[in-house]
Amino acid sequence: MNTLILKTTSRFLFTLLLLLSVFLLLRGHNEPGGGFIGALVAVGAYALFALAHGLAAARKLLPLAPLRLVGWGLLVALLSALPALLLGQPLMTGQWFSLLGVKVGTPVIFDIGVYLTVFGALLSAIFGLEEAAHHPSEGA
Amino acid sequence: MVVASIVAFLGALTAPWLHRWLGNVAGWVLALLPLGLAVYFASLLPSVVEGQTLRHSLAWVPSLGVNFSFYLDGLSLLFALLITGIGAFIVIYSGGYLKGHPDLGRFYLVILLFMASMLGLVLADNVVTLFVMWELTSITSYLLIGFNHSEFRSRRAATQALLVTAGGGLALLAGLILLALMGGSLEISELLGQGQLLREHPLYLPALILVLLGAFTKSAQFPFHFWLPNAMEAPTPVSAYLHSATMVKAGVYLLARLQPALGGSEAWSSALMVFGLATLLTGATLTFRHTDLKRLLAYSTVAALGALVFLIGLVPLTDYYAAMGFATFLLAHSLYKGGLFMAAGAVDHEAGTRDITQLGGLFRVMPLTGVAVVLAALSLAGLPPVLGFIGKEVLYVAALQAAPAWMVGLAVLGFAVGAMLALLLVVPFFRGQPPQEVHEGPPSLWLGPLVLAGLGLLLGFFPGLYNPLADAVASAVKGKAVAYHLKLWPGFNLALLLSLLTVLLGVGLYFLYPRLQAWMAQEPIPGPENTYVALLRGLMRLAAGAERLLQSGSLRAYLVWTFGGLVGLVGLALFRSGVLLWPAGASSPKLEQALLLALMLLGAIGALRLRSHLAMVVVLGIVGAGVALVFLLQNAPDLSITQFLVETLTAILIALVLLQIRDIGSVPRGRWLDKAVALGFGGLVTLLMLGVLAQPIELHLSQFFAQKSLPEGFGRNIVNVILVDFRGLDTFGEITVVGLAGLGVWALLQRRQRKERP
Repeated sequence: MNTLILKTTSRFLFTLLLLLSVFLLLRGHNEPGGGFIGALVAVGAYALFALAHGLAAARKLLPLAPLRLVGWGLLVALLSALPALLLGQPLMTGQWFSLLGVKVGTPVIFDIGVYLTVFGALLSAIFGLEEAAHHPSEGA
Repeated sequence: MVVASIVAFLGALTAPWLHRWLGNVAGWVLALLPLGLAVYFASLLPSVVEGQTLRHSLAWVPSLGVNFSFYLDGLSLLFALLITGIGAFIVIYSGGYLKGHPDLGRFYLVILLFMASMLGLVLADNVVTLFVMWELTSITSYLLIGFNHSEFRSRRAATQALLVTAGGGLALLAGLILLALMGGSLEISELLGQGQLLREHPLYLPALILVLLGAFTKSAQFPFHFWLPNAMEAPTPVSAYLHSATMVKAGVYLLARLQPALGGSEAWSSALMVFGLATLLTGATLTFRHTDLKRLLAYSTVAALGALVFLIGLVPLTDYYAAMGFATFLLAHSLYKGGLFMAAGAVDHEAGTRDITQLGGLFRVMPLTGVAVVLAALSLAGLPPVLGFIGKEVLYVAALQAAPAWMVGLAVLGFAVGAMLALLLVVPFFRGQPPQEVHEGPPSLWLGPLVLAGLGLLLGFFPGLYNPLADAVASAVKGKAVAYHLKLWPGFNLALLLSLLTVLLGVGLYFLYPRLQAWMAQEPIPGPENTYVALLRGLMRLAAGAERLLQSGSLRAYLVWTFGGLVGLVGLALFRSGVLLWPAGASSPKLEQALLLALMLLGAIGALRLRSHLAMVVVLGIVGAGVALVFLLQNAPDLSITQFLVETLTAILIALVLLQIRDIGSVPRGRWLDKAVALGFGGLVTLLMLGVLAQPIELHLSQFFAQKSLPEGFGRNIVNVILVDFRGLDTFGEITVVGLAGLGVWALLQRRQRKERP
């Protein structure tokens, strides 16, 4: 899409939305937000950027292919469930500790896993569809 | 024991790597795993023989009473020794038999995994552990039968074996759960003491039938016997191990294990005796149709399994002969049949054919295999001085004691066919000329048969060596202490006379065999396999019909089926439950709520009137955003944010999908069915909500989460704490589904693009 306004604003919006998404993710335990919502905002950010600057530019802003993020997300979520087992408690029992004065716990890590998985899966679908939209096939 | 079981599984996993490093000697090295386990189990012999039982337990799901618990008594010890002992020779044998096969590493892996599962099965005390191991043997057996997976026949035989045994496995699961509910424990060792209670329970008969279904399918009892001969498509080491010595005996093992709990009723004894005898005769009769060594042995295995089941049925009716006969015949059969199968494979490997009419003069060129075959055949025929003779003698005594005369007669007939088969197997070694360039195979091919057949001879001469363990086995089957003196020469009695008759009949049948074989092999005999084929074909036809009806490929049709079905079923339930109520005390909406509703209504009506798909998506967004605003007005910010975001991304996704579809045109007019379904669904949800509101609201859970969220979950956002903590496992499942869906979309798009750019 070739609109100057969208191209200009999307750069700011992209950054803002991503910040908002991380903000939502981290504050989710106490205030409205969380991994799922945060991931949706981030997907929105990338979808907007891809709309304004093209798919290739949006892909460049991503360190990993979206599907790989799904794998990492699931792994992170799984790992967050394990410490409890090592301590002899039932799987997924939350473990909390303080890091530089900030309260951190395995449920927060689990939420990061949720974030990565949802983000990766949805973005992979959107990128895939957008790519296909630029090469429309004959049959379908 | 727990450790032994884990070692078996872990050891199996190293097989492919060991094979890659060690090449041709891998078989000998890998055999150390079963051999080591065999030595371990042998070291437990003294304490088990003294009547001790060992029990080890590892908590698995303690809240449900599910444990990794293992139990060792005479019966499980005999099986464990057979599995590990014969397993060692099988692994060595596989190395020679499948030398140079590209998938040999995988073969080692699966056969050792099978061994570990089978070991777990016979040691398991908890019915859940037992069932898991039971299914694992079915699955590994499937992989082993279908090892030559490029052959259609192998794949078909493998599928057949899996469907029959796993189908029976489902029945077994139901039966075991019934037993556990009746006896109030999941541990078999605790159920064994409750025979009286179980037999008088009203659910006894259903439980019995289900357990028998599981055991009969696994152990190839009539009318499920057909899968076993077909499974001979497997490589010979598999036939020798799974389909003679171990897996097919799992059903027999289960029956023997549960005998003290389930046995003692009329139904138990008659079912086992009738089906066992029918299996014995079916196996014996079908022997006449074949000349292929492995098929002959397979039908003889079917017959022997029938004999074992028959014996278990006799156990409650005799004092100790049947239990003792079971203990002896079981070991004798495993030794001679395992040996014969391996020898048959060696002959096939060296001479290139398994057809007994083509083979001759083998003894001169394969003397070691020949000795093994002669010794094993003696056991098969039930002749002195080998263990098979003792086993059959005790069996006859037991049958004479408690079975009706006609049953004894039929059993003699069945065993006579065994004697005939023994002659059929031995003769090609002596009569005729050896084929050109046939010679003895490598040690890996003759060691197993020779040792197994030799053991049969040793124990025949010195039955006292086996006597203590046999007593322990018989005690476990009988459910109380048994002591019996095994003798090679029991003196002249009726059983000996029957043995003599058996052998004479067998020799007579041998001379009739060529004519009977020619006659029997002509016509296909209708059997239960036809039913299996018909059932499978019917299932396929049903699936094809359902696919045509439901999966037409039109998305609209899918939606109509999904939502139409939902409206129909939920509507029916709602109508019958009678909660179609107008909630009492419903307040009239405030101004802002009324305005919001009006906006949403406008959006919905607009969507109905629009002719462009894209515009429709946008207008429907008004409804979605309206819902989000409703959430906000009701103080649910979390839900509201989620709804807004989902609505936005859905619009993007649908728009992208719509871009894919060329020539989409405009939305057609009419489509009254679609409208009716949509209206029905909206109406249903409305009625449901009204019904919910009419009920008193149950706040128990909400209060629980509101109270526990901060002190136990350390979070003030209840929704989030529920998602990532209280219900974390659910969330984990959900994100897995999300991830898989993403993968699915990606795969679908990839496929399309590959089609475009070949």
